[in-house]
Amino acid sequence: MFPELNNLLNTTPDRAEQGKLTLLCDANTDGSFLVHHFLSFYLKANCKVCFVALIQSFSHYNIVGQKLGVSLTVARECGQLVFLEGLKSSVDVFFRAQAEPHPLQFLRSVSLQPSPEVHAWEANAENLQPLYEFVREALKPVDDGEAAWRCPVLLVDDLSVLLSLGMGAVAVLDFIHYCRATVCWERKGNIVALVHDSGDTEDEENNILLNGLSHQSHLILRAEGLATGFCRDVHGQLRILWRTPSQPTTQRDWSLTYQYKIQDKSVSFFAKGMSPAVL
Amino acid sequence: MGAGRGKPRALPTRPQYRASAEGGSGADPGGEAGPAWSGVGGAGDVSRPRVSGRRTGSCGLLPLPPTTAPNGSSGPSRDSVEWEGRSLLKALIKKAALGLVYYDLFRDPLNWAQTGEALPGGPLGALQAMCERTDPGPVTVALDSLSWLLLRLPCAALCQALCAMSRQHACRGGGPAAEQLCVLGLLHRELHGPGPMGALSSLAQAEVTLSGTAGQASAHMLRRRPRQRPTLETLWFSVLPDLSLDLQGGPPLESQPHPDPHTPQVDPASHLTFNLHLSKREREAKDSLTLPFQFSSEKQQALLRPGPSPATSRIFYEPDAFDDLDPEDPDGDLDV
Repeated sequence: MFPELNNLLNTTPDRAEQGKLTLLCDANTDGSFLVHHFLSFYLKANCKVCFVALIQSFSHYNIVGQKLGVSLTVARECGQLVFLEGLKSSVDVFFRAQAEPHPLQFLRSVSLQPSPEVHAWEANAENLQPLYEFVREALKPVDDGEAAWRCPVLLVDDLSVLLSLGMGAVAVLDFIHYCRATVCWERKGNIVALVHDSGDTEDEENNILLNGLSHQSHLILRAEGLATGFCRDVHGQLRILWRTPSQPTTQRDWSLTYQYKIQDKSVSFFAKGMSPAVL
Repeated sequence: MGAGRGKPRALPTRPQYRASAEGGSGADPGGEAGPAWSGVGGAGDVSRPRVSGRRTGSCGLLPLPPTTAPNGSSGPSRDSVEWEGRSLLKALIKKAALGLVYYDLFRDPLNWAQTGEALPGGPLGALQAMCERTDPGPVTVALDSLSWLLLRLPCAALCQALCAMSRQHACRGGGPAAEQLCVLGLLHRELHGPGPMGALSSLAQAEVTLSGTAGQASAHMLRRRPRQRPTLETLWFSVLPDLSLDLQGGPPLESQPHPDPHTPQVDPASHLTFNLHLSKREREAKDSLTLPFQFSSEKQQALLRPGPSPATSRIFYEPDAFDDLDPEDPDGDLDV
């Protein structure tokens, strides 16, 4: 986790809030450093984490996690981390018997059948219910009477790839809706999800997904590339938007913008135009 | 799926639903009996009250302040990501609700849990069934959110369902349709195209669009009354932590463009290492200076005055030994 980002968000692993949906969004840049931050943050906060990783392999996250001070291998072995490696298990979908449920079985149904125009609440519409069942099962509270972990956390990297894999925006919104009902509301956990903003106004599905999630989130972190292009010393700009301020005051300064530079083991944040390289 | 996006398929006829306005303006939760409220939670929140039991009656349920017209309004409240509308919806519900019935469709709207409790027809069917269950009398239905329904249903189906709800309720109540049903819906304007938004706007008798400046939220209300001109009003408000509505009269002071008259004028030439000020004599000399290319009347007279003057200019030339003056070709010595 990046201590400077914790300061900006005014949070520490000991005081992590519960029942929140955090939306990570990137536009014209790579926002995956935020995913690594929250993964290591919640592992250090002693939360049970279910990580749906559809973009990179386990070893990638493990290597970055070690730089940030957590070991994903150890976390997985002791049961703190449930890791769904999308890249590896997507191949299993096609080589398994059709009757066995698999969290990514929408890949099979999407590829074999065209999507019919049906209402979402009818049973034969393609949806992400198996994936939701996987998440619910992974974050089920342990029944041994003693709470080993603090609160459940669902981390998704990322949701835009589900659109590329053939799911509709409404199906992904439904999946997040159900996860919110179970993880955030019922079990007082948190959800962190990454969505790409292509900036393409013609990509209606992505815009619906992004706006729909924005309206449901409590915190939005938006990493943007600089408007003037690439720079060696400033890698981008981070906009933080709190949607439900805990204390409404007359001055609702709920939006902050910082610029950042990604280094080997940390990310440094500074006010706009105040990069140490420029001063 | 095509639900709610793109072109509207049919524009429904305008229904006549409007809350009853008798019993005074504003909401007086401490006194008279209020109408029955039913809320459908589409994207629920733990803090919503779960009071059940209702009292029917006729009452001005409109949660707008007494300074505005107390007619019942119904229609979409449009918000955006920066200026969220859910807290306003909660405040409105709290202000007017005396008997609140909460329908929880948040946990399992699509019947994935297969518990057997879900109504057929999904959330829309639940909405219609709920309206059939309520007692006749003034009812307000608060929907959080209409966007959820609009994304999953064709726009025309949703509009027709809303119209049908008010018609059914009016038929059962026996009174005029306009007095019976009020629908308050939350709509997220970034999610839908102009077609569905326009269709829902045409159904509504009032539309509240949320925005804000300088940290202060504002609500722009557009009200359409039959046979009258639509009125547009702007209110500045804030929702307090206990969900009560705090209305301010005008825009916040920071946004006004008038300069502060008490700010002293700063003299830019005051703290320099060189002198930019002029003394009185220097200023007089400067003012009396004629610029060389300025065509003043003196210059005009000087040019017009003919004849030699003692100050006629002449050139005095002393040729030296190397000069070779040729009067016919004076430029002959130039090496050009």
